[in-house]
Amino acid sequence: MTELSAHLPQFQHGQLTENFPDNHLSNTNDNSERRRHDNSERRRNDNPESETNGQPQNNIQQVVEQDEEEDEELTLKYGAKHVIMLFVPVTLCMVVVVATIKSVSFYTRKDGQLIYTPFTEETETVGQRALNSILNAAIMISVIIVMTILLVVLYKYRCYKVIHGWLIISSLLLLFFFSFIYLGEVFKTYNVAMDYITVALMIWNFGVVGMICIHWKGPLRLQQAYLIMISALMALVFIKYLPEWTAWLILAVISVYDLVAVLCPKGPLRMLVETAQERNETLFPALIYSSTMIWLVNMAEEDPEAQRKASKNSTYDKQAPANQTQNEDAEADDGGFSQEWQQQRDNRIGPIESTPESRAAVQALPSNSQTSEDPEERGVKLGLGDFIFYSVLVGKASATASGDWNTTLACFVAILIGLCLTLLLLAIFKKALPALPISITFGLVFYFATDNLVQPFMDQLAFHQFYI
Amino acid sequence: TGSVVVLTCTAGAVVPVPPRSLSCRAFFWLVSLLLSSLIWFITVKASDPRDELLQKGLLIFGVMFSVLLQEAFRFLYYKLLRKAIEGLVALSEDGCSPISIQQMAYVAGVGFGLMSGTFSMINLLADALGPGTTGIHGDSQLYFLTSAFMTMVLIFLHTFWGILFFHGCEHRRWWEIIAVVIMHLAVSGSTFCNPLYMGSLVPSYLLMATAATWAYLLSGGSAQNLRRFLLCKSCSVIGTGDPVGSSGYLDQCWGGERVPRGLEQGHHSLGCQTRGDAGVWGHGQVVASPGGSE
Repeated sequence: MTELSAHLPQFQHGQLTENFPDNHLSNTNDNSERRRHDNSERRRNDNPESETNGQPQNNIQQVVEQDEEEDEELTLKYGAKHVIMLFVPVTLCMVVVVATIKSVSFYTRKDGQLIYTPFTEETETVGQRALNSILNAAIMISVIIVMTILLVVLYKYRCYKVIHGWLIISSLLLLFFFSFIYLGEVFKTYNVAMDYITVALMIWNFGVVGMICIHWKGPLRLQQAYLIMISALMALVFIKYLPEWTAWLILAVISVYDLVAVLCPKGPLRMLVETAQERNETLFPALIYSSTMIWLVNMAEEDPEAQRKASKNSTYDKQAPANQTQNEDAEADDGGFSQEWQQQRDNRIGPIESTPESRAAVQALPSNSQTSEDPEERGVKLGLGDFIFYSVLVGKASATASGDWNTTLACFVAILIGLCLTLLLLAIFKKALPALPISITFGLVFYFATDNLVQPFMDQLAFHQFYI
Repeated sequence: TGSVVVLTCTAGAVVPVPPRSLSCRAFFWLVSLLLSSLIWFITVKASDPRDELLQKGLLIFGVMFSVLLQEAFRFLYYKLLRKAIEGLVALSEDGCSPISIQQMAYVAGVGFGLMSGTFSMINLLADALGPGTTGIHGDSQLYFLTSAFMTMVLIFLHTFWGILFFHGCEHRRWWEIIAVVIMHLAVSGSTFCNPLYMGSLVPSYLLMATAATWAYLLSGGSAQNLRRFLLCKSCSVIGTGDPVGSSGYLDQCWGGERVPRGLEQGHHSLGCQTRGDAGVWGHGQVVASPGGSE
């Protein structure tokens, strides 16, 4: 679900190429598909383009070829940059979750289960427990699938108000109610005396600023911080209320579902994204973490057309250089509790860049889109559900593993490596990809392997003080 | 416990390392650890748990096997990095990769070391936070301290071994590689004398000193450079290829790739401006075109 979508590189090149016949078309199309550009790069290409349309071919060819090589290099370099840009928030989220799990005992105490997982795991036999957890996972997954399809249907039939209301309610719940509980538990753990009035003030401020930041405008760092906090809160809820085997099963099934939903042609998420692309709109502004954000100054938020990622649009635009920056309006606040975030997480912010269909479908850009400034760097987006599930995995590992810190560390490294690989694939394929499968697979493998194999070994080594 | 934390962090916090490659290396080390513990686990399950001596013997076998696996994975990692650098070289304009194999060797070593150190120490640290008395059952009271020192020396050693190993692979000097493996086995073997700490710490530190000087010399350092560094003389810049401050680097990348000129500088060492490019030691800086840095 959460997919990373690479920001589209300029379609400047796309533009250029399409103005000229044939043989270069496929070539340069590929190039435009594979680039992440620099501001300067774009501007440089912009100039020849904006000046004339009838520019001699060789000139453009040169520019294009030169850019081709630079692009490759830039792709890799920016790939590296994007990896770092995502490592930090994912790491932060996981650190927050693990720190909370280790210190606040509330989240490891068994206080019941969600209604979506009605079968208990306190059974007499192992077989019964396995059966129960399978049933729990099945129910949870079907809830998720139903909700996703509902969301896609709502989106298809343009019931934007319903969706926005849904998102706002869920983010309200998360920002106020869950953080209130969290704060209360932290105070209890550290035995801090606190009065209701102060708490009310704190929660009110936290919540209101959060709502504004996430759903409207706010400083980028603050928005990112809120998204991380929300993901952590959500992950903590899951860790608390999902019994052990159910949790692992759900993680496994979710990654499979993510893979299917994003990559299959009839998958709900893919349909969602394609619909968004057809309409030139951004997807829901609340469920994606983006590493950079560009504000389209002259655009009001009610204007979805203008907010489209320029890349697609610019391919056919001969007038306006596709200087449009991607609309990172993704203040993604993930509202989502239980079922909502599922869908939300599944939404990727559209622009899958350069798929031939999308380019074919896109028309020329309105010229007012030119006013936005290109970002210095392209950002990468990751859905909040990915954050949540990564943190659930690491949190569960730290909560229930006998290997304790070794296991937590191993899962952490595994998830980061999975994220790395996914970003690499993203740089290669340049379309939205599911971010869960690789990381979760690595994480699960490492969890079970470390817990059962490495832990006794390291234990013995430490006991004898042998070093390897 | 304060000393424990400080010592462990010292080795790790020396230089900035690109986090992505760090996690790659950590991953490789982890996989090697996983495989070796799998083998150990199988042998343990297949044997009699009551036989103490046998268990200890199996553990020793496990340790040796793990060391060999770690070195094998280091080699695999070298192969991977080689391919990556070749790819980057092919893409770059002037035929030199933004990262030299030297840097990667260093970073690889640090990654391995950090991961190994963290895995050894982290549970200890967590336990150290809680109440308890060391050595209450007659064991050594210096447990934490010696663990800290041992971990630190291992981290440093891994770093140096990384350099030596990669250098040996680059220049096809197999004896260097063999030397690294033997050193690793020796260090691990010396820990078998624990809690007789003299037998393990002293040789390890000696070996570390040896490895350090060897690695330094291999990276192009010399006594002259060291003296200049310590005396903080002014450095000579571009053209002489004789930098100050760093442990000295060659006028070209390893493997014959030319160091590009005119790339970013802005790299300062002791206030001097060095040539600032791929060969820079100790800074995980990627030479790149505008804006790109890892």
